[in-house]
Formats: sequence, C-alpha cells, structure tokens
Amino acid sequence: MIRLQKTDYLQILSHARACLPEEACGLLAGRCEGEEARVEAVYLLENADHSPTHFTIAPQEQLKAILDMRARGLELLGNWHSHPETPSRPSAEDVRLALDPTASYLILSLAENEPVLRSFRIMDGRAEQEELQIEE
Amino acid sequence: MKILISGKPAEAEDGITILQLMEREQVETPQYVTVAVNNAFIPMDRYACYALQEGDAVEFLYYTGGGCDGAEQ
Repeated sequence: MIRLQKTDYLQILSHARACLPEEACGLLAGRCEGEEARVEAVYLLENADHSPTHFTIAPQEQLKAILDMRARGLELLGNWHSHPETPSRPSAEDVRLALDPTASYLILSLAENEPVLRSFRIMDGRAEQEELQIEE
Repeated sequence: MKILISGKPAEAEDGITILQLMEREQVETPQYVTVAVNNAFIPMDRYACYALQEGDAVEFLYYTGGGCDGAEQ
C-alpha cells in the first residue's frame, strides 16, 4: 500500500493539468514501513519528450531529485505520470519500460471530468494495481 | 579504493572502469542506465574506458519513461 497526502495529490493534479495536452511526470520519495510506503515528497519534473502520449524524465532532473531526496533522508518510492486521454492503467510501453519491480507506478488519468489516480506494481511484464490511500 | 555508489560507501579495485563496476554491481538492463560520476554524465561509449578514481561518487540512473498510445494491459 502507498499513502499520499492530499496536498501532494493536488500538486500532481495541478501540474498535470498545467502540462496539458502533454503528459506530465515526476518522482515520489518517502519512507517504507514494512509493506507500507508513505510519500513525503513529490517531484514535479519536466517531460523531456513534450508529448501527449509519451514521457521521459530527463536524467539531469532525475539526478537533481535523487540528490535532494537523499539529502532529506528519503528514499525513491516510484514515479508518476499522467494520461491526458486514456485511462489510469499502464500501457504496454509503460510495462515494457518499468525497470524497477520495487517501485510504485502512479498513473493519473485526465480523460474524464473526474481525474483518476491509481498505483501499480510492475514485475516480469505484468502490472498489478496496489492500494493507494489519499490522506487528508 | 573508496568510492560512493548511489550515495553509499563502497570499495573498488584501483582503475576499475564504469563498465566493470556495472558488471560487478549486476546493473540490470544497462542499455537503460545513465551513469553520472561526481554529478557529471558520462557518455555510454566511454563506460569501457572511463577509469574511476578514489572518492568518485557514482550514480546509476535508470530510464524513467513510458507512453500511453500502445495497447493497454
């Protein structure tokens, strides 16, 4: 299970809407306690692809974020990206490029009036939804 | 010699190259890994000849990206 503060969720949502029609993306950092991960920092990063259907986090931005989370005593929990026009589930390409089986992959769909955010674990070419709790 | 790998202290043989370190550390999918030494990115074609030095800080950055125009799971 992964826990996300509502303020962090709203940051992600706001950034994703601001990036439309392109996909938006970023990293998530926090702490793990057993099977539970708690997000304590959300990184809103540039989509180097500047595309409505693809995203790439530029290594320079990735490195900067990782050094920042390390300085704050946080660990990388996963990443997030938006799907402007498609549902909140991993595409075949998302699965193919998911290189870390320990990471949470959050996908925010803006395809409908109400945004939908879901989290997935991806391993051996298979994606499984994990519980995501957004806390006040 | 002493180096840092992803912020953690590690021992490495003198003159070890980035490529040798990646093999030793069993870096998976190296084609999707970008390497930074002391916060400077090293071109992939130099991994085999770039010898690390005492105190170097090495980061292995896995490609983070995807897309939504393919078939969905």
